Amino acid sequence: MAYSEKVIDHYQNPKNVGTLDKSAKNVGTGLVGAPECGDVMRLQIQVDDAGMITDAKFKTFGCGSAIASSSLATEWLKGKSVDEALKIDNMDIVEELNLPPVKIHCSVLAEDAIKSAINDYRVKNGLEAIKFEESVVH
Amino acid sequence: MLKLPIYLDNNATTPMDPRVLEAMTPYFLEHFGNAASRNHPFGWEAEEAVDYAREQVAKLIGADPKEIIFTSGATEGDNLGIKGVYEMYASKGNHIITATTEHKAVLDTCKHIEKIGGEVTYLQVNTEGLIDLKELEAAIKPTTILIAIMYANNEIGVIMPIKEISAIARKHGVLLFTDGTQAVGKIPVDVNKDGIDLMAFSAHKMYGPKGVGALYVRRKNPRVKVTAQMDGGGHERGMRSGTLNVPGIVGFGKACEICMLDMEEDTKRISKMRDHLETELLKLEEAYVNGSREHRLPHVANISFKHVEGEGLLMGFNKNIALSSGSACTSASLEPSYVLKALGLGDDLAHSSLRFGLGRFTTDEQIEYTIKAISETVLKLREMSPLWEMYKEGIDLNTIEWAAH
Repeated sequence: MAYSEKVIDHYQNPKNVGTLDKSAKNVGTGLVGAPECGDVMRLQIQVDDAGMITDAKFKTFGCGSAIASSSLATEWLKGKSVDEALKIDNMDIVEELNLPPVKIHCSVLAEDAIKSAINDYRVKNGLEAIKFEESVVH
Repeated sequence: MLKLPIYLDNNATTPMDPRVLEAMTPYFLEHFGNAASRNHPFGWEAEEAVDYAREQVAKLIGADPKEIIFTSGATEGDNLGIKGVYEMYASKGNHIITATTEHKAVLDTCKHIEKIGGEVTYLQVNTEGLIDLKELEAAIKPTTILIAIMYANNEIGVIMPIKEISAIARKHGVLLFTDGTQAVGKIPVDVNKDGIDLMAFSAHKMYGPKGVGALYVRRKNPRVKVTAQMDGGGHERGMRSGTLNVPGIVGFGKACEICMLDMEEDTKRISKMRDHLETELLKLEEAYVNGSREHRLPHVANISFKHVEGEGLLMGFNKNIALSSGSACTSASLEPSYVLKALGLGDDLAHSSLRFGLGRFTTDEQIEYTIKAISETVLKLREMSPLWEMYKEGIDLNTIEWAAH
């Protein structure tokens, strides 16, 4: 199976690899997936007082498509408001990276990671966690 | 100059030896006859070539040429050997014993037999990948007709104690079938010394052409027979109909001859490279060899690099190095290798494995390049791995409640 050029580029030059202080109040952390499934994504956002995402970092254990999906997600998150970030759909990632059907779960995982990070941030700041519908592909 | 890409997937298939191709060429062109044509020189030449190849193949495994049934490859040999015995010996019983780490061609054949009324016992293996001989003996019943245990495993290279297994089979009057695909041509295999009754193997795993293989069927002590699985002209002593693949068979014969001549030399050189590769890669933290290192093919290494996912790892160099991974991230099932799981490996380690299959044409230079490329990629991906970070922070990953996925 050949990877798309965009996947290869993200794999070779991943954007925003790293760790934010998960105990900080303005940092939301999402850890999704499981080692048994062959992919684990950790995505973090740093949010300012105006509700804008000023920084995003990831670390991913997984195949090239999982790494690319999380790298792309962090790029898209930076500069967005938390509300805008909620609108990121896994199919946007599929389209941008040209993921084949067997790799769609990587994009779902990235979307889950975003939502999970946002909820972590919300709960830390006294807001209620948003209930999301169960993802279809698992 | 190092030429890329490097091929280290010799368990999947081997490149043809140029000497094999040379032997085959005339049988595509001037000597194109059908080996079953008894009435003209074209047929005679083809038959003579097949007879000669049959001797070369038989010699490699210490068999009589009459005991060699040419097939299209090991999958057909596995099917013919197991189903053929099941049908032929139906009056004696319907029970077969095999192991969970067998190749799919054996496991799926056994599943088929279960569907048509047979009974199959699947023996577990230990962490080394070996079956327990006591368990094997205890599994034998009055209805047992066949033990089907592979000679060496395709994923981890572990060699089963075939002599001991055959002694148990003999003691109880049960036939022994072995899938010799990965072993024949690489290590000494002798059907008489090893006590094998039936054995499937293939040309393309030993520098011969694809699409040709053989089933060894013992003719003496005991005389074994299999029921044909294809109806037709009654070729191969009635056990396998179909016009013989003459050029393929000629190539198979030549490949066997070369393996026999070069085995000692090849093994010495290849195992040295394999050991070097393994030693260097094990210098990485949290790298583990899967399966027995003692009872193992000289050209195989299966290594897990903890907290790095296999397919992601392959992507770091798969333009330049051809390897396999036990991670099944590419398959729809998302299930990692059943062989590694049978060893008791957690899914995480199974997902983190690479299989190295060295071969006759592997060079020291290629191994040096591979060590460097893999070490660099493992380090790079660990920097990117949340699991590695947690491990380094001393967090026990088993205590984390992973989100259902």
